[in-house]
Amino acid sequence: MSNGQGQATVEPRVESTASRLRELVAHLRQQRAQLREEWARLITEAQLLTAMTKEEIFAEATSVYDNYVEALETGTYEALQAYARNLSERIIPRGVETHEVVGIVLLLRDVLARSLFAKYHEDFTKLNRILDAYEPAANRIAITVAVGFVQERERIIREQQEAIRELSTPVLQVRERLLILPIIGVIDPQRARQLTEQLLRGIRTNRAKVVVLDITGVPYIDSPVANHLVQTVEAARLLGAIVIVTGLSPEIAQTLVNIGVDLGKMNTVGDLQGGIEEAERLLGYKVVLMRESAPEPA
Amino acid sequence: MQVPILKQGPYLIATVQSALTDEDLKELRNVLVERVGLLRSRGVIVDVTALDVIDSFATRTLRDVAHMIRLRGAETVIVGIQPEVAFSMVKLGLTLEGVATSLDLEEGLAYLGRPGRASGREGRRDPG
Repeated sequence: MSNGQGQATVEPRVESTASRLRELVAHLRQQRAQLREEWARLITEAQLLTAMTKEEIFAEATSVYDNYVEALETGTYEALQAYARNLSERIIPRGVETHEVVGIVLLLRDVLARSLFAKYHEDFTKLNRILDAYEPAANRIAITVAVGFVQERERIIREQQEAIRELSTPVLQVRERLLILPIIGVIDPQRARQLTEQLLRGIRTNRAKVVVLDITGVPYIDSPVANHLVQTVEAARLLGAIVIVTGLSPEIAQTLVNIGVDLGKMNTVGDLQGGIEEAERLLGYKVVLMRESAPEPA
Repeated sequence: MQVPILKQGPYLIATVQSALTDEDLKELRNVLVERVGLLRSRGVIVDVTALDVIDSFATRTLRDVAHMIRLRGAETVIVGIQPEVAFSMVKLGLTLEGVATSLDLEEGLAYLGRPGRASGREGRRDPG
């Protein structure tokens, strides 16, 4: 609470705030079973946490309640924070949304406030004082839990982005001096940068002469990314490699024509197979079908 | 800083060792264009592996070298452009159009010596 601002004069007030909190905590401990029940009922009624069973909600409600009271009592939020993070870790994979978590914490705050109203409704001044002590702490708890949840979510999103990034641009050598880069999914500017880097580095490390860039799995590209691709093709040429782009969808073809790409610089073939065949031709490979060793029909 | 130019069979190899001033570049251009006739070379390789930056003047000079040497009856190939350099060049619109490029010296020699290349007078083609 107030850390040292005029200790001497404010002491009695601080003292009484602490004692009021103590009283409050004692009340909440005593009413634990009933209030927890009430809270779980409200959660179900408000159709929050629908991803969880009734028993699970009750179990979580119990531990949230206990943590809540403990945070009120000690005035420290570390334990609650850790608990919130742990809880988020468990419930985020099950599809629990931010509004649900914030919703249940606010519900608990209301349940407890109601019980305080009920207890002190005869003594209005006392009720006021108790609420003075209760409200800031309760709000802080709500913030702590909500922030914990959001942070956990963000952490998971970051992790997933990282994973996607690592998976997103494989550079594969299919023959001596021939690389393929199959690209699946939307290319955003960040991914485009990464793609360029991987492609150019791949050309160097594999001493590639021809690269087949397959964009069959790319639904659309915007003009900055299209320009970036064209630049990548030109940069690859500066390294002495030819890039063959395959699998351009009608939409992407339109985009490229609309932005006025110089098609003389782009080497395009309809599909990946055609691209690889063209690459083999450029590299001087000749693929011969050995009829004798073709698998026998079963 | 002078660029050493080595004669290797029918080819000339100029290896850039450090960043070049505009004067150095002009000097390199003049020396190459002169020697290619003097030594009756069929091809010229300019190795720029050591360069961290290739600016517009350097690009233009390299292109000019390539075109002049073609007029003198030989072929030019620029080798060893670093991946980062290549991409920043392209971003600036410096694409060395009409100039052959290869990964490194070995590739450049292979390009100049590729079969079916009757003489230095043949029209320029991209490597591959």
